[in-house]
Amino acid sequence: MYREEVVLENKTGLHARPASMFVKEASTYKSDINLIKEDQKYNAKSIMGLLSMGAAKGDVLTIEAEGEDEKEAVNSLIEFIKNLKE
Amino acid sequence: MKGLGTSPGVGIGKIFLYKEVKLEIKKNNVDDFNLELERFNKSIEKAKTEIDELYHITKKDVGEKEAEIFLAHKMMLEDPEFIKGVEEKIKGEKINAEWAVEETANAFISLFENIEDEYLKARAADLKDVSSRILRILLNKDSVDLLSIYEKSIIVAEDLTPSDTASMNKEMVVGLVTELGGRTSHTSIIARTLDIPAIAGIENIIDRVNHGDMIIIDGDSGEIILNPTEEELDFYREKLQREERLKEKLKDMVGKETKSKDGHKVELVGNIGTPSDIDKVLEKDGEGVGLFRSEFLYMDNDSLPTEDKQFEAYKEVAMKLQDKPLVIRTLDVGGDKEIPYLNLPKEMNPFLGYRAIRVGLDRPEILKTQLRAIYRASHYGNIKIMFPMISSIDELREAKSIAKEVRESLKEDNIPFSDKVEIGIMVEIPAVAVHAKAFAKEVDFFSIGTNDLIQYTLAVDRGNQNISNLYNQYHPAILRLIKMTIDGGHEEGIWVGMCGEVAGDKKLVPILLGMGLDEFSMSAGSILGARYIIRNTSKEEIKSHIDRVLNLSTATDVENYIDENILK
Repeated sequence: MYREEVVLENKTGLHARPASMFVKEASTYKSDINLIKEDQKYNAKSIMGLLSMGAAKGDVLTIEAEGEDEKEAVNSLIEFIKNLKE
Repeated sequence: MKGLGTSPGVGIGKIFLYKEVKLEIKKNNVDDFNLELERFNKSIEKAKTEIDELYHITKKDVGEKEAEIFLAHKMMLEDPEFIKGVEEKIKGEKINAEWAVEETANAFISLFENIEDEYLKARAADLKDVSSRILRILLNKDSVDLLSIYEKSIIVAEDLTPSDTASMNKEMVVGLVTELGGRTSHTSIIARTLDIPAIAGIENIIDRVNHGDMIIIDGDSGEIILNPTEEELDFYREKLQREERLKEKLKDMVGKETKSKDGHKVELVGNIGTPSDIDKVLEKDGEGVGLFRSEFLYMDNDSLPTEDKQFEAYKEVAMKLQDKPLVIRTLDVGGDKEIPYLNLPKEMNPFLGYRAIRVGLDRPEILKTQLRAIYRASHYGNIKIMFPMISSIDELREAKSIAKEVRESLKEDNIPFSDKVEIGIMVEIPAVAVHAKAFAKEVDFFSIGTNDLIQYTLAVDRGNQNISNLYNQYHPAILRLIKMTIDGGHEEGIWVGMCGEVAGDKKLVPILLGMGLDEFSMSAGSILGARYIIRNTSKEEIKSHIDRVLNLSTATDVENYIDENILK
């Protein structure tokens, strides 16, 4: 199990296009990946999970992964969130 | 009855009443939930196959962008939260698959609908579409088959989903009438793309009409006639025929040269606001782009777009156009276009204020970044640069010297760019039109921006409803300024184009041709119509009318003169 924290800085948060791009990125990894917001877990490979999470600018998220590529997955998703512009 | 015309044209046919089949979902307790799990998985597989098919049909018939919606549908079908939700319900409550699908989907739908977000509301609609597909498969019900429509029909429905519009028989559907929606709703966009007349916003129409009755719809006016009389049918049949003849004529224009009856060639190009608009221009056989508004790169953004981001956008368009010309206008901010993060002050007279090139010269780092991106992209196509809102030669020289600096820095950095990039200006301030010859000495081209030229010449704010009757492109003074600009440019041997609405105005196209305009730039939809007019007009003949037109007293006189003597 590998986990790391990140703060959402972009305007849209994890909604709309950013959310679907995030799911696509997460789905390229074999590990089980979860996003944790306020102790609630959401499946990072589920567009519905992410949309119902409603993460907005300023939220602190934890990304945790378990599996053969867990470290790679978490690092790249953290990077993805930091690079969100819209 | 009257609604909102969302796609133009006349449609005459029988009503195909499309009511959503109410699927009755009952809750059943089951002993063997494994059977239900298997039914559920099979229905998902079948739904995926159906959606793949719709994706391919839509991609072929309508376009790749419109087909993307089905990729989103597929993503929902494959969504682990959704699948898990349904499966857990089946196992946990020992219930039938239908009930589990309905409950799970509804939970998500109400979740999405309750958040104030357009995107999520649209996803709620997608999920409804997807879940009713699964339910229909589970219940072994046929869909009401819009593909099997076999006679000329007008579909009347509450609203149509992407699945509906993708699967309908496009040969036989000659109109769409919906209770819901507006100009930008899915149904309207598809109708315009497919060139089918459509009307939206008619309350309760599905309860007021009968399947199979005759109906006439007029997408221009939004008018609907139920069970029309013979006279009404004759009237609209004739209108329909006229439209079809015109469409044929315009279709004929694809691939033809833009040449007047007496052999003078002009350039007919499109205006675009984003890189994806270019497809429409090429589809309508535009010969290039006469105005690429660069504002989109700056709007909907938290900060200034980077050089690389701009470069990619310009390059994309340049490469699609190959050697056809692409005129990029540098940032035209201010006036009615706001970009929050630039923190431009609120002004009493924004249109006469800090805008366009005035901002660029005051904050040269913004202009430099943009020019660097444009020059870099020039390596990949036939790019020209155009400065907006130039009012004096001093500004022009300053802007040109910034461009020169940029070229020198690119040379130093060994970054390739074309050395043939022409530099021109928008002619939208009367002072420039009046003094055109002097400006023409220092640029490679002019492009007349009529929207602002009219507003500045007539002192009419084009956004002010109270005085909108004063805004008039047929005002003889406007035509005189246009003529002065063309003459001033030609005296110095440069080409003169026009990129405002007027360039595609049916009455003025012949006049502009007669005045000697070299390039006509307009929205994609007007291109073929303008080509038709130009090919049927003799430039030399119009020339002999120009002096008389310019000496008329009023805008109405101008319009009447054109109607009586030129369009005939």
